[in-house]
Amino acid sequence: MKAFAELLDRLAYEPRRNGKLRLMTRFFRDTPDPERGLALAALTGGLDFKNAKPNVIRGLVQERTDEVLFGLSYDYVGDLSETVALIWPADHGVNVPPPSLKVVVETLATTGKADLPGVLARWLDTLDETGRWALLKLITGGLRVGVSARLAKTAVAGLGDLAPDAIEEVWHGLKPPYEGLFAWAEGEGEQPENDDPAPFSPAMLAHPIEDSDFAKLDADDFLAEWKWDGIRVQAATGTAKDGTAVRRLYSRTGDEISGAFPDLVEALPEDVTLDGELLILIDGRVQTFNTLQQRLNRKTVSAKLLASHPAHMRVYDLLRQDGEDLRPLPFAERRERLEALVAAHDHPRLDISSMVRFADWDALAAARSDPGSHGAGADADAVEGVMIKRADSAYVPGRPKGPWWKWKRDPMLIDAVLMYAQRGHGKRSSFYSDYTFGVWRADGEGQALVPVGKAYFGFTNEELKQIDSFVRKHTVNRFGPVREVIHGEDAGLVLEVAFEGLQRSTRHKSGVAMRFPRISRLRWDKPPREADTLETVMALLPEGER
Amino acid sequence: MRADQFMTLRPEGLYCIPGDFFIDPVRPVDRAVVTHGHADHARPGHGAVLATPETLAIMAIRYGASHAGRTQSVEYGEVLTLGDTRVSLHPAGHVLGSAQILVEHGGHRLVASGDYKRHADPTVTPFEVVPCDTFITEATFGLPVFRHPPGADEVAKLLASLELFSDRPHLVGAYALGKAQRVIAEIRAAGYDAPIYLHGALEKLCHFYEAEGVALGELVPVAGLKAKDVAGQIVLCPPGSMADRWSRKFGEVITCFASGWMRVRARARQRGVELPLVMSDHADWDDLCQTILDTQASEVWVTHGQEDGLVHWCGTQGIAAKPLNMIGYGDEGDEAAEPIETDEAAS
Repeated sequence: MKAFAELLDRLAYEPRRNGKLRLMTRFFRDTPDPERGLALAALTGGLDFKNAKPNVIRGLVQERTDEVLFGLSYDYVGDLSETVALIWPADHGVNVPPPSLKVVVETLATTGKADLPGVLARWLDTLDETGRWALLKLITGGLRVGVSARLAKTAVAGLGDLAPDAIEEVWHGLKPPYEGLFAWAEGEGEQPENDDPAPFSPAMLAHPIEDSDFAKLDADDFLAEWKWDGIRVQAATGTAKDGTAVRRLYSRTGDEISGAFPDLVEALPEDVTLDGELLILIDGRVQTFNTLQQRLNRKTVSAKLLASHPAHMRVYDLLRQDGEDLRPLPFAERRERLEALVAAHDHPRLDISSMVRFADWDALAAARSDPGSHGAGADADAVEGVMIKRADSAYVPGRPKGPWWKWKRDPMLIDAVLMYAQRGHGKRSSFYSDYTFGVWRADGEGQALVPVGKAYFGFTNEELKQIDSFVRKHTVNRFGPVREVIHGEDAGLVLEVAFEGLQRSTRHKSGVAMRFPRISRLRWDKPPREADTLETVMALLPEGER
Repeated sequence: MRADQFMTLRPEGLYCIPGDFFIDPVRPVDRAVVTHGHADHARPGHGAVLATPETLAIMAIRYGASHAGRTQSVEYGEVLTLGDTRVSLHPAGHVLGSAQILVEHGGHRLVASGDYKRHADPTVTPFEVVPCDTFITEATFGLPVFRHPPGADEVAKLLASLELFSDRPHLVGAYALGKAQRVIAEIRAAGYDAPIYLHGALEKLCHFYEAEGVALGELVPVAGLKAKDVAGQIVLCPPGSMADRWSRKFGEVITCFASGWMRVRARARQRGVELPLVMSDHADWDDLCQTILDTQASEVWVTHGQEDGLVHWCGTQGIAAKPLNMIGYGDEGDEAAEPIETDEAAS
């Protein structure tokens, strides 16, 4: 537990991806089985402790501390687990070593509600502050140390020379404490068998295409389809050894999300792996991403939401069918089999992403700029661009350069005025690199700026230095790490902001929220008074939301 | 005789009526007794200052030799008569030269402890318990969530990180007086003997500590050096410089901060700290409580910090206590007392 607690502690503060990887890989190297495997399970969200609710912990600490002092401390610290970890009175008489992760996991699996407080108190007595904090975070769920399941698996891959995708390939057949996986990663064991009847297959990703790429590519070698503004998912179905049907929905990174989409899961054909886009369809029309979002990041879903936001999968690839791995086949062949499958299955929740016909790149460009009259029809608003795939491409995990390309529609652009700047993290910690920008709104006699969004990338390193210097020289107010920057009609910095879409939002003062905003250009040449108005921005909302 | 009959609070600070002197006044006064050299306790411009020789030397380094009209140095334990009081200074364990002030008047013993700590610190004379009737204490860390670990544990974290991230400079923020020298001394005690690099603002006081007999090992000014020169090395700087433009030339640093506040995650994150080192010049909660008991005081006055918690605790022990609600004092690490980040002095 001590090594795991120290790992969590360092991860919580380490902002860099590479730093987190190094910390985890070292931990996995230095920590024996089964501790490291249980730690991996904790980091990938594979442990669940049902009875350890925050009120149990609150009750425990109330027995041991003065109520007033606890109240003052909780106010100061602001986080229950952390306050308890810090305030827990040391019991110097304890002469037992702190529990291992194995002991924690095994004991909690067999401890009933009534015995839980006693067990927890004994553990807390044996741990130091960091250990108590880690234990409480672990059992109450949500480590929140900025590590995705994918990153943890990448750290395991780093023990040897495995590709992270090789681990994804076998992951869903494995169980904690993953001894076989670690042995394989360290070159001391065979690749673990994946006998999962509905395994996840690591996704194939596309590179963004640049204008200069087209000259090197022959349009005749490629097929194109719409790129839908939804969530990339993978559906896998099969039959377990005992004959029960297994149906799963995975996120693009391999997290299982079946629980939140029972409506879609029951619509899946048998014994296949499908790659496609998760969408919400009402009366046959694709809804906005904003609508889709209401169904995301939930563990379960209410009957009401199932009825109002029906899930749909628009498929574009078939990776496995009746036990046969189709990934080595050319895309065109997989596509034919997919078309046949979808036609035969004939379910309203499942359709196929239609092809975009084109003779040359100019024709494709025309379709991309006007999907509505090139086949997307009423769903044109949900089209993000086009996907361009080599007809002969095998399905390869990761992001190989060449076979698949994405060509997004041009982003929306506005000119906004920099209002506030905040310091970044990690190697940007000395730079003001997070920007809040605003547009003009009529205000009584004149106009005033209203914040419309925040962006923290899109600029070059050189531009970052320039903005940072501007911020430091034109600060009018400081609020902790935030600086208010001069922003009047005649003084201030105009930023050209690019974004992928706009939606109504009650959480933002301006009433709108941007998707994926970034700084596309610095408009030193433009006086702030000529920046865009909120009216102009509102006109960019999808028709239904204006 | 009760303490409030001879010791009172004025806008300038604590005032001793029969002795006609202030303790750590925040404004210029005729006669000041100063507990230690931190800027919120030792200010320039007084008519006369009485303090330990080390505190006077620190004031001279910070404010120039003419920081006061007159100065009088007093060794620990030496007893002086000021007006109708007997005054003596006793080690407080906070920073070099820091003292508690014992004032005796009419048979009543009052101790104004200034800032103090009881954790082991190789750079200072250890805290001495001075039995008294009235004990005036700080409460910087006056909540039971503040328990400082041994300095060696924190240094071990730093050295382990240095090994894992041996390609990155470790930038350690530490206050110029006391903290910087303690951090260095603790690092040396752990057996680390490579050079430690110093921001210019820390040099003078480090040299002063060395001249006073505190060995700090090889210290190298960092001015003029580049990222590659200090990769995998320890660089000490004032906290304000950690995220200032000054730090940029060192590339991808690991930002460390040695402070008692680092106990609380939100405080560390707020400052962009990646490796918090919980190391303080102040007594933690357990030591605040233990010290009050050790002095056997029947009355406690709480000057600054988290007064509510400590006053409440005194109540649970049957000790009369009151907050003085003094303003103008704080850990040098507290936002209030911290100089605003200096962009101009950066580069």
